[in-house]
Amino acid sequence: MNLVWIICKKELKSYFASPIAYGLMAFFALIFGYFFYAAVAIFVVRGTEMQMMGRSMPMDLNEWVVRPVMMNVSVIGLFIIPMITMRLFAEEKKTGTIELLATSPVTDLQIILGKWFAAVLLYAAILGISAFDLAILFLYGKPDGMPILISYLGLLLQGSCLLAVGAFISNCTRNQIIAGAGTFVVCLLLWVLDWVAAYDTSTTGKVISYLSVTGHFENFAKGVLDSKDVVYYLSLIFLGLFLTTRSMESLRWRA
Amino acid sequence: MIKVDGLTKRYARNVAVDNISFEVEKGQIVGFLGPNGAGKTTTMRVLTCFLPPTSGKASVAGFDVLEQPIEVKRRIGYLPETPPLYPEMEVKEYVRYVGQLKGVAHSELDAKVNEACERCNVADMKNRLIAKLSKGYRQRVGLASAIIHNPDVLILDEPTAGLDPEQRKETLGLIRELAGSHTIILSTHILPEVEQTCQRVIIISKGKLVATDTMENLNSRLRGAEMVAVEVEPRGGDLARETVQQRLEQLSGVSRVVFKEARGQRLSFEVESLQGRSIRAELARSIVSADWNLLELHAAGLSLEEIFLQLTGAEKAAPGGTK
Ligand SMILES: Nc1ncnc2c1ncn2[C@@H]1O[C@H](COP(=O)(O)OP(=O)(O)O)[C@@H](O)[C@H]1O
Ligand SMILES: [Mg+2]
Repeated sequence: MNLVWIICKKELKSYFASPIAYGLMAFFALIFGYFFYAAVAIFVVRGTEMQMMGRSMPMDLNEWVVRPVMMNVSVIGLFIIPMITMRLFAEEKKTGTIELLATSPVTDLQIILGKWFAAVLLYAAILGISAFDLAILFLYGKPDGMPILISYLGLLLQGSCLLAVGAFISNCTRNQIIAGAGTFVVCLLLWVLDWVAAYDTSTTGKVISYLSVTGHFENFAKGVLDSKDVVYYLSLIFLGLFLTTRSMESLRWRA
Repeated sequence: MIKVDGLTKRYARNVAVDNISFEVEKGQIVGFLGPNGAGKTTTMRVLTCFLPPTSGKASVAGFDVLEQPIEVKRRIGYLPETPPLYPEMEVKEYVRYVGQLKGVAHSELDAKVNEACERCNVADMKNRLIAKLSKGYRQRVGLASAIIHNPDVLILDEPTAGLDPEQRKETLGLIRELAGSHTIILSTHILPEVEQTCQRVIIISKGKLVATDTMENLNSRLRGAEMVAVEVEPRGGDLARETVQQRLEQLSGVSRVVFKEARGQRLSFEVESLQGRSIRAELARSIVSADWNLLELHAAGLSLEEIFLQLTGAEKAAPGGTK
């Protein structure tokens, strides 16, 4: 466990030693700021319309701002995650530094967990930026806190499982660009699967849409914690990390 | 300390290491000599548990590389061909990180980092970014991180590759200093380096073991034949290289004449003597008396390929020799 933390700390430092961490944070801050502004603007316009029409039923901030914005974030994540994971293993394989890790008294699992934790922490830090925007809602309104926390948990879970998948893909190549592009394609696929459900209501359609990563996020965005979704994410995390250990081992034997 | 028995490593298509066996005793400093592609790196990677052997056994300090890799890794300090450095880290930070990975206790970590840096002469660069270091310093940082956990065995893969002569000398000196406390295997394709540093030598070529012997024995086996480089120029007029070659070949004591190159009128050759004959004086006399200009004449070292020829030839001639 100690070794996992040592590797994780080193990885985090490496992220922040290059422009990538700051670049992603800036990118996310801009995009999130835009979506947040748009959602709030719609909320305000609708609110005034309603008041002019004489209906003074209070509008729900959670439903009108938090939920659509969080749904957007879950898609923005699909673009950020490949950028985080692409270097995880591919870079070390290219420069040969993987030889240091592989010849140190450290197990493959410790290496993988360390790197994955670092990626998750970086992703959490990036998501954390959005909290500054959401804090504004608390200054001027009274949104419900619990659903927001649950949607953050969902974002983190969704991110963690895609980061595990990305780690696996990065372990399969020594080319960062291929690792990044491959992860992006898989992320998109897992997102698009959800659309199938809209056209296809048969059992296969349901099964396919069950596999969609973003589909499972919808409940979280509503502030609903469903064990079915949590189990889905946890098993995908497990699968990704498991495949990474396999790939590390098979690479050693083929080498 | 190190025991390799019938080790074979096959990559997808080719056999990189073919049924190699050798042993290294505690405290020895052993040179692992072979031309490029001989299988030096592959053997070292098996010893460091980076690659599993296809067949055969290898053990370090009594621990098998396949069965107890973690125990083996604890006892080995390894410097790969290109030191595995993270350019974005500072020297001290990097050596410390490697120390942590190798399991150095937290309480003695800082002391060990300082000690390793001093021993490898990088103490003055401790706060420098690795990206900004010269090649020589990078090598030393790699070495410092390899000895941080005071390993029983040090495995150094071509530690002098890509260094200039001055840095080479320094690095070899450093390795000799480290010898007392560690068992060391270092690979190289340069014979003089082994002569200067090692007590024993293991020679491999194309994945096969050619010889394993002490340095003294090897030297006496190699002594005898002399290699001389000569450069000749006609004193006016033309000169066919065959004429020169024939004349030199007819000298007594010469076993072989190899034409090297022609630069304008200048012709250079390499002349090999028979065992135990000195031919330089005779060569000079013969060339001058033929009325050619003798531009250069010096003893040339044996190249690795020639050593292999000699060793394999010698072994056929004297079976059951020093092998
Ligand atoms: N990863 C690899 N995949 C396939 N062949 C390899 C690999 N690494 C080395 N080889 C081959 O194995 C042989 C031995 O290589 P190596 O051990 O690197 O030799 P050396 O270190 O003595 O120069 C070479 O023919 C090389 O082409
Ligand atoms: Mg090599």
